Amino acid sequence: MTEGFYEIWVYLSTQPLLGLTVTLVAYQAGMWIYTKGGLNPLLNPVLIAVVILVGLLMLSGTDYQTYFDGAKFVHFMLGPATVALAVPLYAQFQKVRRTFPVILVSILVGSATATMSAVGVAWALGASRETLLSLAPKSVTAPIAMGIADAVGGVPSLTAVLVILTGIIGAVLGPGVLDLIRIKDWRARGIAGGTAAHGIGTARALQVSEVAGAFSSLAMGLNGLATAILLPIILGWLF
Amino acid sequence: MGGGTNGNITRAPKRQILRMTLGFITVLLVYQLIGEAVSTAFDLPLPGPVLGMALLFVSLVLKGSLPDGMKVTAQGILSHLSLLFVPAGVGVMMHLHLIKDEWQAISVALIVSTVLTIAVTGAVMVGLTRLTGDRPGPEEVKHD
Repeated sequence: MTEGFYEIWVYLSTQPLLGLTVTLVAYQAGMWIYTKGGLNPLLNPVLIAVVILVGLLMLSGTDYQTYFDGAKFVHFMLGPATVALAVPLYAQFQKVRRTFPVILVSILVGSATATMSAVGVAWALGASRETLLSLAPKSVTAPIAMGIADAVGGVPSLTAVLVILTGIIGAVLGPGVLDLIRIKDWRARGIAGGTAAHGIGTARALQVSEVAGAFSSLAMGLNGLATAILLPIILGWLF
Repeated sequence: MGGGTNGNITRAPKRQILRMTLGFITVLLVYQLIGEAVSTAFDLPLPGPVLGMALLFVSLVLKGSLPDGMKVTAQGILSHLSLLFVPAGVGVMMHLHLIKDEWQAISVALIVSTVLTIAVTGAVMVGLTRLTGDRPGPEEVKHD
């Protein structure tokens, strides 16, 4: 019986179906914990899913490539999903045309602040070049940030994790920081959250104000574009 | 993670079931393909899908309206956006040594940079709106 079970495992562990299925199961487990926890940003579903999957792969001695052979079917959708981000960006853009120039300047300043301060601080503390390049797009929404990391010579998978950690930090500390410097305009609060903490900041903003959520969503899309264009130029100066 | 929840105000009687269409999925793929092709051909540092997104955004601005099917298709794909970067995120298992060796620099950089970015972006936005005389409406101000 155990031998039969082992043979089934040996067969399934090399099949793409297994990697794909555990990815969906782990993500839904993460979503379940996140929902049960009252949408607390600390219980980020992606981070939970990644921890579960890395744990499973290490325990079962499966290498990443074998897992990715299955999970790549999910991964492939990142490209079309990134293109689809143009749609919410356009929908929000239509609503704020009047304030658009002000928003654009704020986001450009935010984008430069995010990348230069992250790279600057980590460099001063002795981080490696690999880490610096992976850290640079950390405020950008993950699908775009991974593309940027890849283009500038960072490690996309490390970037994905750093992006999520950034989102959690922004969602947890952001409201307090904005209160501290007495920013009460929901539009500015949304732009700040979306620029610094992408989708996780946007989810947090939507919980408290629809206006802040809309501006945050716009900032997330625009900051993705702005950083994708500016970062290679900024890194060109720094390295 | 990105999917917009607040859509347009629904217009009434015409009852029509909106669903993702093959046509608009194809549109997304075509834009991605153009983005990848242009990015590779001109050796741009801009990732292909991001260029595709920029081109689609410009196309929508030029067109001046958003087709319902496009909206529904995008919402469908974006509704589980965060699932899509799980497989890549798991790849961090091959780089755990970087986190183990450099976690102090990484955590300080993440916290300092994120707090600074929120403060600077918010302050610039408030400063510029005041400068241009663009006062927030009553529903746009946080009440304590």
